[in-house]
Amino acid sequence: MEKMPKKYYAFFTLPTMIAFAIAFFIPFLLGIYLSFTKFRTVTNSQWVGLENYIHAFTDNNDFLNATIFTVKFAIVSVVLINLFAFSLALLLTRALRGTNIFRTVFFMPNLIGGIVLGYIWLLIINGILINFGVDITYSAKFGFWGLVVVTNWQMIGYMMVIYIAAIQSISTEQLEAAQIDGANSWQILKNITVPLVMPAFTICTFLTVSNSFKLFDQNLALTNGAPGRASSMLALDIFHTFYGTFGYEGVGQAKAVMFTIFVAIVVLLQLRISRSREVEI
Amino acid sequence: MYAKKNLQNNITFIFLFILAILFLVPIFIVLMNSFKGRFFISDAPFALPNSQTFVGLKNYTVGLAKTGFIQAFFYSLFITVFSVGTIVLFTSMTAWCITRVKSKVSSIIYYVLIFSMIVPFQMVMFTMSKAANVLRLDNPIGIIVLYLGFGAGLSVFIFSGFVKSIPHEIEEAATIDGCNPIQTFFLIVFPILQPIYITVAILNTMWIWNDYLLPYLVIGSNYRTIPIAIQYLQGGYGSKDMGAMMAMLVLAIIPIVIFYLALQKYIIQGVVAGAVKG
Repeated sequence: MEKMPKKYYAFFTLPTMIAFAIAFFIPFLLGIYLSFTKFRTVTNSQWVGLENYIHAFTDNNDFLNATIFTVKFAIVSVVLINLFAFSLALLLTRALRGTNIFRTVFFMPNLIGGIVLGYIWLLIINGILINFGVDITYSAKFGFWGLVVVTNWQMIGYMMVIYIAAIQSISTEQLEAAQIDGANSWQILKNITVPLVMPAFTICTFLTVSNSFKLFDQNLALTNGAPGRASSMLALDIFHTFYGTFGYEGVGQAKAVMFTIFVAIVVLLQLRISRSREVEI
Repeated sequence: MYAKKNLQNNITFIFLFILAILFLVPIFIVLMNSFKGRFFISDAPFALPNSQTFVGLKNYTVGLAKTGFIQAFFYSLFITVFSVGTIVLFTSMTAWCITRVKSKVSSIIYYVLIFSMIVPFQMVMFTMSKAANVLRLDNPIGIIVLYLGFGAGLSVFIFSGFVKSIPHEIEEAATIDGCNPIQTFFLIVFPILQPIYITVAILNTMWIWNDYLLPYLVIGSNYRTIPIAIQYLQGGYGSKDMGAMMAMLVLAIIPIVIFYLALQKYIIQGVVAGAVKG
């Protein structure tokens, strides 16, 4: 169907697009505009040019620290989550007993929301740290590794399920042919399994990169940025700038614009790099 | 050779078994602490309840009263069910239409929706909650419109991927038989897309049920969903009731575990299908 009468086209697309305009598109454009103004409410704004963007860096180091913290966190979690998820997927595709139960267990934390997850682990991490007379707010390092543990616990199962599906879709003929040719299991893994699950690798890195950069709920529940703002990630820092600092709405919006550009660049780069490594057999 | 393989498998099994226990232990620790007095939790979370620390269901009754958890549960349920229903209906219609009608407008719609998937929520949180306020969407019914707007990107993306794989001859035959596009969609396309509805519904349920910031900003002061109720317990400094917190965490996890065990097969398939098309 190449053409559709206008009234039908409207019937199919308008409900979604009106909601999209209200929830996303208009707020997005308005947000860009407001980042160049000083405002308390949307209707009461005053053009200030790039002032907000300058303030985001000069008033304090929160935004810069949050950026560094977020990048470090994203690198560590993306690597660990994918490494663990892929290893588990390899183990669980070897036709052992109990495979299904293990898969069920490993996946489950993913359904629990970030706030609840954060408080579950806050209890456990503080329970361990109390033996050393401190708690998670003592140092940003504790907050950092706490967040790494929480997101690993949450996302390993999800990525594992995707890797399992990819590994299972490799045809047994290819594996058998390699075995007949005398390849050992390391060679099979390196030369057949890994290249063939590259598309799954692309999607899993995409999901973990974008989730790690946008992480908010777990950060709020686990440390709320403590000590001070030292364990704030970008999303939480922007939230605090908006709602925690009087008169900083414009700066918060400017930070949000930079955050958006940053995430967009990272995600597009990641997709480009890992797509280029996919092969077709 | 066989014996070696067997040994290897046994080691793997034991390793996975220990790992599975490690995955479950955090939840059991919370469950255990939910029966301990509020002052016995933070200091010794790994100690089993004993006659001195055991308080029965007191944390649950206190927590329920403090948070209005039961009400929160029904707000969460209402918002999730109706938002997911709205999303799958309207986004599948949009996805089918823009995939089949190849025009400039269609590709603009597609790319704008895809773009919205990358943008972090913080970019629009302030302006969106103001817009919701002005348009009177700041209630459990209005928030459905916001979820449709935010869920549109991913859902249209997944539906479009599958629509492309349906041969359009079937739809052309329906058109020749005199179906208008609405009839074609609901009589022909809708049944074919059934499995994808489950995928999209599950992905959106997992997101909306657990979502915190959007409902907190838009309806949080009048209507508490479960994540908002939990965060509310965190409250002011020093006044935090750890007992009530543990009990409410348990109550928040129970519906998720039931949902998961009942629909496990579909959830895992849904996640995989959603990822493969992505």
